[in-house]
Amino acid sequence: MSTRLANTGRLVNKNKAVSFTFNGKNLSGFDGDTLASALLANDQMLMGRSFKYHRPRGVVASGAEEPNALVNLGTGPDFEPNQRVTTTELYDGLSATSQNHWPSLEFDVGAVNKHLSRFLPAGFYYKMFIHPRPFWKYVYEPIIRQSAGLGKAPKTRDDDAYEHFNINVDVMVVGGGIAGLSAALAAGRTGARVLLVEQTAHWGGRAVVDQPTIDGTPAEDWVNTTLQALEGMGNVTVRNRTQGSGVYDHGYVLAYERITDHAPDVDAPRHRLWRIRAKQIVTATGAIERPLSFAGNDIPGVTLAAAVRDYAVNWGVSMGDRTVVVTNNDDAYRTAITLKKAGLDVPAIIDARDGAMGDLIEEARDLGIRIAFGKGIAKVKGNKRVTSVGICAQAGEGAELEEIACDCVAMSGGWSPVVHLWSHCGGKLVWDDAQAMFRPDAERPPLGADGQGFVTTAGIANGHLFTAEGIADGFAAGRAAAKTAGAKGKAGDAPAGSDAAEGAISPVWLMPQGAKQALRSKAWLDFQNDVKVSDVQLAAQEGFESVEHAKRYTTLGMATDQGKLSNINGLAILSKSLNADIPNVGTTTFRPPYTPISMSSIAGPAKGDLFQPIRLTPISDWSNANGADNEPVGQWRRPYAYVRDGETVHDAVNREVKNTRDNLGLLDASTLGKLIVKGADAGKFLDMMYTNMMSNLAVGKCRYGLMCTENGFLSDDGVVARIDDETWLCHTTTGGAERIHAWMEDWLQCEWWDWNVYVANVTEQLAQIAVVGPNARKVLEKLGGMDVSKEALPFMQWRDGKIGDFDARAYRISFSGELSYEIAVPASQGRAFWDALLDAGEEFGVMPYGTECLHILRAEKGFIMIGDETDGTVIPQDLNLQWALSKKKTDYLGKRAHSRSHMADPNRWKLVGLETLDGSVLPDGAYAIAEGDNANGQRNVQGRVTSTYYSANMDRGIAMGLVHNGPDRMGEVIEFNKVDGGTIKTKIVDQVFYDKDGEKQNV
Amino acid sequence: MSNAVSALQGAVAPGEVTVREGGLQGMITLRGDLSNAKLKSVCKTVTGANFPKMGEAKMSGDNALAWMSPDEMLILVPHSDVADAIAKIDKALKGQHYLAENLSDARAIIMVEGTFAREVMAKLAPVDLHPDTFKPGDFRRTRLGQVAAAFWMKDDDTFAVICFRSVADYTFRLLAAGAKGGAVGHF
Amino acid sequence: MLTLNCPYCGVDADETDLHGEGEAHLKRFGPNSTDDEFHDYLFQRQNPKGVHFERWRHVYGCGKFFHAARCTATLEVFGTYLAQTLEPPQDIKDKITAKRPSWTWGNFS
Repeated sequence: MSTRLANTGRLVNKNKAVSFTFNGKNLSGFDGDTLASALLANDQMLMGRSFKYHRPRGVVASGAEEPNALVNLGTGPDFEPNQRVTTTELYDGLSATSQNHWPSLEFDVGAVNKHLSRFLPAGFYYKMFIHPRPFWKYVYEPIIRQSAGLGKAPKTRDDDAYEHFNINVDVMVVGGGIAGLSAALAAGRTGARVLLVEQTAHWGGRAVVDQPTIDGTPAEDWVNTTLQALEGMGNVTVRNRTQGSGVYDHGYVLAYERITDHAPDVDAPRHRLWRIRAKQIVTATGAIERPLSFAGNDIPGVTLAAAVRDYAVNWGVSMGDRTVVVTNNDDAYRTAITLKKAGLDVPAIIDARDGAMGDLIEEARDLGIRIAFGKGIAKVKGNKRVTSVGICAQAGEGAELEEIACDCVAMSGGWSPVVHLWSHCGGKLVWDDAQAMFRPDAERPPLGADGQGFVTTAGIANGHLFTAEGIADGFAAGRAAAKTAGAKGKAGDAPAGSDAAEGAISPVWLMPQGAKQALRSKAWLDFQNDVKVSDVQLAAQEGFESVEHAKRYTTLGMATDQGKLSNINGLAILSKSLNADIPNVGTTTFRPPYTPISMSSIAGPAKGDLFQPIRLTPISDWSNANGADNEPVGQWRRPYAYVRDGETVHDAVNREVKNTRDNLGLLDASTLGKLIVKGADAGKFLDMMYTNMMSNLAVGKCRYGLMCTENGFLSDDGVVARIDDETWLCHTTTGGAERIHAWMEDWLQCEWWDWNVYVANVTEQLAQIAVVGPNARKVLEKLGGMDVSKEALPFMQWRDGKIGDFDARAYRISFSGELSYEIAVPASQGRAFWDALLDAGEEFGVMPYGTECLHILRAEKGFIMIGDETDGTVIPQDLNLQWALSKKKTDYLGKRAHSRSHMADPNRWKLVGLETLDGSVLPDGAYAIAEGDNANGQRNVQGRVTSTYYSANMDRGIAMGLVHNGPDRMGEVIEFNKVDGGTIKTKIVDQVFYDKDGEKQNV
Repeated sequence: MSNAVSALQGAVAPGEVTVREGGLQGMITLRGDLSNAKLKSVCKTVTGANFPKMGEAKMSGDNALAWMSPDEMLILVPHSDVADAIAKIDKALKGQHYLAENLSDARAIIMVEGTFAREVMAKLAPVDLHPDTFKPGDFRRTRLGQVAAAFWMKDDDTFAVICFRSVADYTFRLLAAGAKGGAVGHF
Repeated sequence: MLTLNCPYCGVDADETDLHGEGEAHLKRFGPNSTDDEFHDYLFQRQNPKGVHFERWRHVYGCGKFFHAARCTATLEVFGTYLAQTLEPPQDIKDKITAKRPSWTWGNFS
C-alpha cells in the first residue's frame, strides 16, 4: 500500500492537517501536500481511467508531465475539469472527483474496451467509422461522445477574477531549479532587469530532493541563500507558481501565474497572465524522466523513479512497501537508496545494462540491494495495483526467469530535456547519442527582431544532467544573456557544484529488446490516449512514416499532456520500425502553452460586463431608462425602438413610424461620424474622396456625398457641410467614422503628403439630435433662438446659433422625407438638450424613435443605406446614383474602376422598389428566381432583396432590391423565394413609396 | 454653460488605488507645424506650460500640453476657457496651415491614484511602465484593454488617463477592476 | 507578436497597438491608366518568403502610417521609416544587403 512515512517530507507540515474529499469520501492530508501526495498517503492509488480503454490508472509522475491522474476540481462556479493532481496544491475543503468512467472509478463498464483492444488498433476510428457517411454524424459520433472524453465542461459561469500584466525585462529566466537560480543570480548581479519564474510553489527543482553539494553546502541551503539574495535585489523579480508557458516572436513571453488556486479564500484574482517583452530569455526548464516500455507499464503502482523519490523526500509518502526499480541509468539508483534508507523494501534493481560502475551503484550494493544487470521486466502483473513483476533477459524475447512480488515499480528510461520553450519560436534540436536525448542546438536558436538568437537554454534543459556543469551552465547563460541585453555590471564568481560519479546510460526503447506482439500490445507509450508500442509499429507498417502523420494516426502525444512522457519513446519505436536513425525521423512540433492554461487567464478582465467596450452616447442613459430595445451598431448600442408598457417591439416601431410622419419624432443621431477637414487643399482633397464635387459647395450649404474605394465599390455616404472657406464637415455613417477617418489619413499621409489638409474626428464632441416631423419647426421655435424658418434656413443648408440656451449648429437635412433638422450641441450638453426638446415637444406630440423607424422612414422614401443596399460589391450606378458621379472631375477614388468592363456591363442588377402582390413583407435577403438551373444544379436568380419592412404608413410590406435590368422592367411581376420553399409574386415598382414629389420636407 | 456634464459626472471607485473621473476638462486638439515659433508661443500663452518634446506632457497647474504626434498637440485648459483659448490660437496662427478643434466633450479624463497605480496601468497597457522607463512627464498613447487611450503621470502615484467619451464607462470600470485586483508587487 | 519602432513617435510599439496596412510603395494608377496597369495596382501583390516592405499604422498610438522592412521568414526587422517616400532609404537597403546580399523586391535591390 501507499502510505505516509514517519521521518521524511520536507514540504509538508505534519502539525497542520488539511481535510478534503475525493469522490465524496472525506480524507485528510497535510499542509504542503499536493492532491497527488495526499491521495497516495490515503492509499488512493487508483485515480482515473484512460481515455480509450478505460483502464485503471494511478499517478505516474510528480509534476506537470502527469498524463493519468486528472480530476474534476471544485463545484458550481469553481468547477474545473482535467486538473492534474500532481500540480494541485492541497487546501482545506478541496473537493475532487475522478473522471472518464461510468458508473464508478472502481467499476467501469467502459473497461470492456480493453478486451476489445485487439479490435481497436491505431487508426481504428478512421477505418471503422468512415462508411456509410451519414452514420458518422448520427450514430458513431454521438455514441463515441458518450463513452469517451475527459472531464465535463463546466455548466456554471466562473465568477473568479483574472488579469493580465504587461512588463518589459532584460532577462527572463524560466525555471527555479539550480540552473535557473544561478542564471538569475548572474544576470541580477550585472544590474539587468530580471524576472525569474518557477511553475511550482517551491524552488530548487531536483537538487533539493537529491541534495548534491553546492559551494560546499547542501543544495537546499544554497537554494535558500540564493533566493534570499535575489529577493534582495531591486532589479530582480522572482515569482513562484508562475509557469513560463509560451515563447513567441520578438521576445514575447506568456507566463501563467496561479495566484489563489492553492488558497481559494484569498481575495485576489485567481490567475494572472504575464505578457512579457524580454530582450533575452534563459530557459532552465529541467528535464522529464522517460518511462520504459514494457508490458503492463500502465498498471497503477508503476511510476517514474524520480517521482517515487519526490513523493518520499518532499511529501513523506511511500508509493508502496516493496518497490522494484527498473532502469537503464544510474540516477534511478538514488530512488532505491532513498527508499531503502527510509526503511522500505527494495527487492531488486533491474538494470537493463550489461553492467555499469559508479558511486550510486556502489552505495546501493553496500545497502544490500540486489542488482540484476542485463535484465528487464517481461510483464507487470496486477489489475488495479501492481502485485508482482516477471523478470526476463533484456536481450531476449520475454521468457520469464523469475517473478518478484512488489506493489510498486520505479522505472527510469533516462531523461528528456524540456526543450518546449526553446522550440516554440523556432529553436532547433540536436540528438545527443551519448546521453540518448534531444537537446537544444545552441547554433540554431530562435531569432529575434535583430536577427540574433533571443533564447538560451541552461542546465539540465541544455543536456547538462550533472550539478557541477548544470549550475555553471546556468550562471554562464544568465551572465551572457544580461550582457547581450546591454547590462554592464559584473556577474562575479559562479557557484560550484559537485556530483557522484555515474556510469553511462544505455538507451532502452523496448523491454525486453525482442518483445513479442503479446507484450508489445501491452507496453504503453501514451498513457492518457492509450497508445501502445504495437500501435506505432502498425502506423509505420501502414505507411504513416512522417512523425507528424504517425502522431495523428495513432493519437500519440495528442492528449492534454501533449506527449511529455511519450513523444521520445514513440519516436524511437517509429524510427526503429522505419530502420531510420532517431534524428532523421525528428520530433513533432512543440507548441505553446507548455501545459494547458485557463481560458479565463487568456481573456483576463474581458468577461461579463467588461467582455467588450460598449459605446454610449450622452443620451444612452435616458434611452436605457425609457424602454430602449437596443441593437448593436459596431460597438455602439442604438435604440431599435423605445418600447412602452404593453407594447411589443413591433408595436413600438409602428407607433414611432406613424408619429414621426404625423407629429414629431426625435432621433439620437450622435453616433453619426463627423469629420472636420480643413486646409488650403481641403476642397481638392474632398473632390478626390467623394464621387461628386465638394470644392464648389457654398459656405452655409450641405451636399449629400458618396465615397467609393479604389475598386469602385460604395464605401460610405453622408451629408457634407461647408463651414468656411477652408473648412468642411463630413458626416459619415455610424460604422464609418473611424474607418473613413483612417481612410482620409491614409491618403493624406501616404499619397498626397504635400497637400495642406488636416482632418479631425469630432464625432464624440457633438451630440446630434434629429428633430423630425410636421411639428419640427414648431418645437424649435418654441425653444427660441435662431430663425429656423423656410426662408432663413432652407433645405440643405446649415446655421450656427442659439437654440434655447444651447450653442447649436442646425442642419436642415432629411433622411425621412419629413420637415427635419439635425441639431448638434456639445456632448456635455447633449442630455440637457434632449430633455429640453422632450419638454418643449410635449404639446406637439413628441416621441423619440429608434433605428428601425429610421430605416422604415428612409425606405418609404427610397433612400439607400450603406450596408443594406451596399455589400462591398455594389457601385453607385447599381443604385441609380449616376447623378452623384461628377463628370467634371478628371479623377476621384473609384473613378477608374467604374470603367472596368464588369462595372460598365449593362447587365448588372440595379435598384428598384418591390411590392408583393398580396401586401406581405418580403424576407430579408430573398432571391428572385429565374428560369433554369446553374452549373451546380441550383436555381438561377435574377435579383435580391436589400431592404424590406412593414410600413405602417402604407399598411403593407415595402422593399427595395437589386434586380437584373430592374429599372427597365417597371410593372413586371417576378417571384422571390421564401424560407419555407414557396415563392412570393412581387411587382417591380419605383423605389420611392411615399410622398413622391417631396412636398413634406420642403415646407 | 451650467447644464454641461462630463461623461461620468465625477464617478469615483475608492480603494488603495482610487479611480476617479476628472470631470469637465477643456481639451483642444491643435494640428500644425510644431516647430513653428508662433505655435509654440501661443501654446505657452494659453496654458502656461512649457512646450513638450516627443513623448512628453508638460504641466502647469491643471493646464498641460501633451505631444500627440509630430503634427498634433493636445492642449488642456479649464473647460470654460476653451473658446477663449481657441480664439487666441486662431489669432496667433492666422494665415498658417493649422487646425484647432475643441474636443473637450469628445473625451473623458480619469485619474488613477494610489500606491500601485503604476501596476494598475500595466495590467491594461502593453507599455514598459517600469519606473526607470516611464516617469512623471512622460506621455503615451496606446490601448487600455480594448480601447484607445492616452496617459501621463502627474506624480509618482498618479496617472491621468484620457479616453473617448463613448467608452468612458468601460474604461473607468476596467481601471477600477484593475485596482480592485490589488498590487502585483512587481514594480 | 511583433514589436515595431514607430519612426514618428519613437515608441517600440506592440503589434496590438499597430494595424497592418499591406504592401508598401504601391504606385497609384488613376483614370488614364491601362486595364493592365490598373489591375496590377488593385490586385497584384508581392508575397515573398524573405525581404518584404510593408505599410503599418500606429493606430492606437500617434496614428501615423509608416513603412517597415522585414524578413517574412525569420521576422527580422531591418528597419522602419517614414511613409513620405517613394522608395526605402539607402541606409535600410544597405542594412538588408549586409544580411541578405542577393535580395530583390519589386524594382529595389
